[in-house]
Amino acid sequence: MTVNPLDAFRAELRDWLAQNCPEEMRDGLMTEESICWGGKDWVFTSDAQRVWLERCAAKGYTVPTWPVAYGGAGLSRDQEKIFHEEMGRLDARSPLQSFGIWMLGPALLHFGTHEQKLQYLPPVARGEVRWCQGYSEPGAGSDLANVQTHGEDKGDHWLVNGQKIWTSYADKADWIFALVRTDREAPKHKCISFLLLDMKGGGVETRPIKMISGVSPFCETFFTDAKIPKEQIVGEVNRGWDVAKYLLTHEREMISGGGAGLSGGGRALGAVIKDTMDEMDATLRADAMRCEVNSLAIGLTLERYKDQAEAGQGAGDASAMLKYMGTELNKQRHELMMNAGGSDALEWDGPVGNRAGDWLRTKANSIEGGTSEVMLSIVSRRVLGLPG
Amino acid sequence: MSGMAKLVMNEEETMLADMARGFLDDACPVSKLREMRDAGVTSDAATWKEMADLGWAGVLVPEEAGGSDMGFAAANVIAHEMGKTLAVSPFISSAVIAATALRQVNDARALGALAKIASGDVTYALAVDEGIKFDPEGVQMEAKADGNGFRLNGKKQFVVDGASADRLLVLARTADGLTLFDIPADRVGVNCDASNMIDARDAARITFEDVEATGEDVLGAVDNAMDILKPAINAGQAALAAEMTGLSVGAFTMTVDYLKERKQFGVEIGRFQALQHRAAHLWCEIEVTSSAILNAGRKLDEDSSVAETAVSLAKARATQTAILAVQEGVQMHGGIGMTDAFDMGFYMKRARVSAEWLGDYSYHAEKIAAERGF
Repeated sequence: MTVNPLDAFRAELRDWLAQNCPEEMRDGLMTEESICWGGKDWVFTSDAQRVWLERCAAKGYTVPTWPVAYGGAGLSRDQEKIFHEEMGRLDARSPLQSFGIWMLGPALLHFGTHEQKLQYLPPVARGEVRWCQGYSEPGAGSDLANVQTHGEDKGDHWLVNGQKIWTSYADKADWIFALVRTDREAPKHKCISFLLLDMKGGGVETRPIKMISGVSPFCETFFTDAKIPKEQIVGEVNRGWDVAKYLLTHEREMISGGGAGLSGGGRALGAVIKDTMDEMDATLRADAMRCEVNSLAIGLTLERYKDQAEAGQGAGDASAMLKYMGTELNKQRHELMMNAGGSDALEWDGPVGNRAGDWLRTKANSIEGGTSEVMLSIVSRRVLGLPG
Repeated sequence: MSGMAKLVMNEEETMLADMARGFLDDACPVSKLREMRDAGVTSDAATWKEMADLGWAGVLVPEEAGGSDMGFAAANVIAHEMGKTLAVSPFISSAVIAATALRQVNDARALGALAKIASGDVTYALAVDEGIKFDPEGVQMEAKADGNGFRLNGKKQFVVDGASADRLLVLARTADGLTLFDIPADRVGVNCDASNMIDARDAARITFEDVEATGEDVLGAVDNAMDILKPAINAGQAALAAEMTGLSVGAFTMTVDYLKERKQFGVEIGRFQALQHRAAHLWCEIEVTSSAILNAGRKLDEDSSVAETAVSLAKARATQTAILAVQEGVQMHGGIGMTDAFDMGFYMKRARVSAEWLGDYSYHAEKIAAERGF
């Protein structure tokens, strides 16, 4: 009898997880306090967190689908599904989260040279270097291509001056990938380059912005005569918008995935609420049911789009749909969690933890990475072909 | 088969959809339903025979009984295409529900019945509902033991395809549970009263007065109807969800076409962002629902006995989406959408009837909630 190679993979993985995932990492938590972001200045919150990261990194499991040469495990789409299912079965925490994984990785894998991939990706996979994203500016929000941060050609380097805003965790990041205008004359989509900057290389300052959730995950980032060597560009000069658009697609899928809360073993919102209440009232239960129906269907849509991508049918502009649907759902989920928490949820770090902070944070979901309205406009013009 | 079942239409499914579309555009445009409605006709035996010749009536019938045995996902593909133009046929009642039920019964009689379904010679209807809502477990109609057989007494309503069906699958209560009977519609004591449905399709109220049934008429085991009926209902709900999603696509396509052509204030109304965003939102909802439909087909083909949640998700989403699609369809068409001369009304009425059939939104949402632990 032959063993299905996928079953064999699952058995081996299950074994490995049982032996290597520390007990403390088996609570499935994805809170601000439990996440491991990595980076040069990272302080592990526990020994278990450090061990879990090191063991996963050694197997390529922090970035399971990346090629082995760049720090991944080279898993196929089927294997990746199994990986998430088995992680979910154990309620294992994600060993590492980072913008390097979500954003820089896909950009470099698609547009980078082999040398760039070898140089930048393995440190991301090992959690040694933390990246942030320099996209938005005070005058370039929904109109992102209107970035004004300028890179002046100085022969072997660009001299960068300008300001970014909403730079997530810029104050904690080691490197930043940024959209920089490298041509003052060309039309706005043909003058932007995608540059990689060492935040500690001089000329970069960050200032955290206090948000309604009480914390400061976002920063303003200022560039003053920052020198960027010419080889630190992804793709061609003035073609950074192609990279940015490609990455926005990834970002949208990622943000929508958070909304569906679906990485294998996600519990139903209704079940979570039921645990915390003596009796769930009929209206709340009905709302939780609607939320569950939508959440399961959006989760399946994420799966479907991944399957389509594997079959060579890229989502393209349709990813705007995932972003829109996923984030609107996530906002609803957190509204329901606040309802369920009643007055306990109204205290900062009260009896139900940071629920209010999490709730307030989700309000940004339908703004960051392209607003819901921009997503709907993308769908109506580019998918439905409506005029205007 | 290599790897896991993918949530992508495969080549055979795409070809089946194209072929179905070609046939249905000719044989079953919405104008056909309109003609039937105007003539007071609710079923179309000739077209069903043509569909049978294409292998659709036997889509879930084994090849040994003359079927094409294409599976549940394929049945969904056909239903989806039928929904786009509101085709009238007993496809879901006969080819999906009855065929799946009979297939659970592994004997010569069932095989014979399956052969007649596949050829299109015999059609079935499922008689379950007794009140205003779908509730198979709550069936009260009595089948009292009488000698070697049973006597059926009671009333069923909303028996879809019931007035034209040759045979009925009747769910009734026996001494220790529910039993499924397969009886001819013209048996003595069966009185069929066609309902005047808003969607102009065949549905009936049927009364059973001392109807005799023998052990031969029982499908599966006495007191154990659900072993046979549950997979059949699951398959029917999935196909209905697929049909409703086809309906949503049909209504949506008409609407977007209208936005591109209708002019007000000197420009196409599709230039107005308020309407663009309504249309885009509807497209997003349809796209998400399509994933649930595809998933239900895959899950049924993997193992129809554990596909319940996937099917309920498909029906719940399809119901929500179809109701939205027809409402937005009328709203964005404005006054013309309200006229009988325009087709949108047919979509709205069919959506409402399909929303109720085989379990409404709440019924399926409750199933999901129960399975998901609340």
